[in-house]
Amino acid sequence: MASGIWAVAETRNGEIRKVTYECISEARRLADAAGTDVTVVLLGKGVADAAAGMGAYGADKVLVADGDDFEPYLTEIHASAIASLAKDAAPAVILIGASSQGKDLSPVLSAKMKAGLSTDCTAFRMDGGKLVATRPMYAGKVFVEEMAKSETHIATPRPNVMEADDSAGKTPAVETVSPEIGTKMTEVVELKADQSGKVDLTEASIIVSGGRGMKDSENYKILEDLAEVIGATVGASRSAVDAGWRPHSDQVGQTGKVVSPNLYIACGISGAIQHLAGMSSSKVIVAINKDPDAPIHAKADYSVVDDLFDVVPALTEEMKKVVNA
Amino acid sequence: MELIVCLKQVPDTEAMIKVGANGKSIDEAEIKWVMNPYDEFAVEEALKIKEAQGGTVTVMAVGPAKTVEALRTALAMGADQAVHIDDEAALGGDEYSAAVVMAAAIKGMSCDLVLTGQRTVDDDRGQLGGILGELLGIPSVSVINKLDLADGALIAERPVEGGTLVIKASLPAVITAQKGLNEPRYASLPGIMKAKKKPLEAKKLADLGVDPSQAGAAGALVEVVKMTPPPERAAGQVIDGETAAEKAAKLADLLHNEAKVV
Ligand SMILES: Cc1cc2nc3c(=O)[nH]c(=O)nc-3n(C[C@H](O)[C@H](O)[C@H](O)COP(=O)(O)OP(=O)(O)OC[C@H]3O[C@@H](n4cnc5c(N)ncnc54)[C@H](O)[C@@H]3O)c2cc1C
Ligand SMILES: Nc1ncnc2c1ncn2[C@@H]1O[C@H](COP(=O)(O)O)[C@@H](O)[C@H]1O
Repeated sequence: MASGIWAVAETRNGEIRKVTYECISEARRLADAAGTDVTVVLLGKGVADAAAGMGAYGADKVLVADGDDFEPYLTEIHASAIASLAKDAAPAVILIGASSQGKDLSPVLSAKMKAGLSTDCTAFRMDGGKLVATRPMYAGKVFVEEMAKSETHIATPRPNVMEADDSAGKTPAVETVSPEIGTKMTEVVELKADQSGKVDLTEASIIVSGGRGMKDSENYKILEDLAEVIGATVGASRSAVDAGWRPHSDQVGQTGKVVSPNLYIACGISGAIQHLAGMSSSKVIVAINKDPDAPIHAKADYSVVDDLFDVVPALTEEMKKVVNA
Repeated sequence: MELIVCLKQVPDTEAMIKVGANGKSIDEAEIKWVMNPYDEFAVEEALKIKEAQGGTVTVMAVGPAKTVEALRTALAMGADQAVHIDDEAALGGDEYSAAVVMAAAIKGMSCDLVLTGQRTVDDDRGQLGGILGELLGIPSVSVINKLDLADGALIAERPVEGGTLVIKASLPAVITAQKGLNEPRYASLPGIMKAKKKPLEAKKLADLGVDPSQAGAAGALVEVVKMTPPPERAAGQVIDGETAAEKAAKLADLLHNEAKVV
């Protein structure tokens, strides 16, 4: 039977993305439960030096392929490389972060390996050496447990859900590999960097979101001010995006981004089911809404029933005290 | 341009979803069904390409009998013809087994571009486009919000964390549509009338040469073993206070000292 838990590192321009460490730590927890070991696949350019540090998160072994072929990321090249490495090893599980890259890579890898795929998972456990993946469906209105019929089960954990834990204290065996990369079919013309320089919503640990209650694009200034003080990224409901107040990249929800920050502060958002779909796995939810019957209050850990234009600036001042204390 | 759009019929996003009696799938009673919202972007994009460059738009779905409604909607929007893979043995599977069936259908057609939604809002998997590309041996470019076609290639934009990737791929290829790609049109009344006369072909697995063991639940690589209502969140607290400032001060204190998130 297949054994071994793999985690695929995500790299960009020589940097290891945060979701990588979440995957390695989760792989460690699963490997401990199943009595097996953790292998990390590290593809990229200028990334080899990061391999040793992956032991802290629980890697027993790191397979490194470092070179021009692996930067920038190309779907078919990365999928071919991972499939070729996994062919003989036949791991029981391959974890890939459900970032935009992981969501792109995993279906192609799944088809190449003919391995079952569970996307955007929020919890895992092992049962008799097989992975049981928990994931929301129907926008979080139900949860399912999925298992693969194939030898290998590929699963993508939702970013920010699994805890990255750097206390594993392993010294991994680092092995340089030359995987097959197949035929190149796509190319990256360019990566247009977002000028705002803000942390992406899917990676943010705190989000301050504004909805139709903001009334105007200019009023987002008060959310930006709060965000600045507490290190948050500003998000929006679809109504705010449709009104042209915020770009679509800020939209949280079923047709926007699915986020799992430690803290989600919803300001002037009613809590429509499609909005909840994008943020209900947040660890702590705060609702600031003057309507006591707004559905967002029922989902919130802390509800403030009042005018956001009074509460938010006051909260910013209070947070300054807390942060500077 | 020969354009093929894969679309699925899904519960309306407002629908109440209850776990069915088998504990593995939903209770389908009283559900209003619609075309998957992301597939509307795929249909619209195909129509725009056809309007600019000529060609045909074929819409295709694997699904039960009622799926013809979603196909008719796409025909009413302006698609030329529809293929409905309507076979009991093609149902109940995962994206892999659905893609096996669709790949078999597409192999028998001429095709420059396959368009799918980036994700269905029922099982929320977002896998089909990538799997289909691999089974067809052509590139797939997922989650795009901008598309240009020229000289036998496509250039597409994918939003990623902290930026936008501009990707080029040769045709034929698969793209998966993200919100922002376009504004889907509504089906007009004349469009709805015309759609009634457009070809809508039903196919069985045998017509596609797909063995039933490769399709539907039998061919799936993952299976749902249990479906449950979402975990309950512990009841929250309403922050009391005379003034907004007082509530803000209490909230700041709770977030810092109780929830420890700031
Ligand atoms: C297919 C489909 C997909 C969708 N996808 C998404 C999605 O991805 N994301 C999303 O967000 N929505 C989505 N929606 C839309 C969703 O149904 C709601 O329409 C939307 O979320 C409402 O946004 P809102 O809460 O900002 O606005 P509203 O529902 O209008 O709520 C505004 C709230 O602000 C409060 N308010 C007003 N003024 C103040 C004030 N001064 N102080 C405090 N509170 C105030 C009001 O009490 C009200 O509760 C989708 C809908 C469909 C049909
Ligand atoms: N049964 C199906 N028939 C036709 N197209 C489908 C089917 N299932 C999924 N698709 C297409 O694949 C996309 C992604 O779906 P999924 O991978 O299921 O989230 C959808 O937006 C549709 O365009």
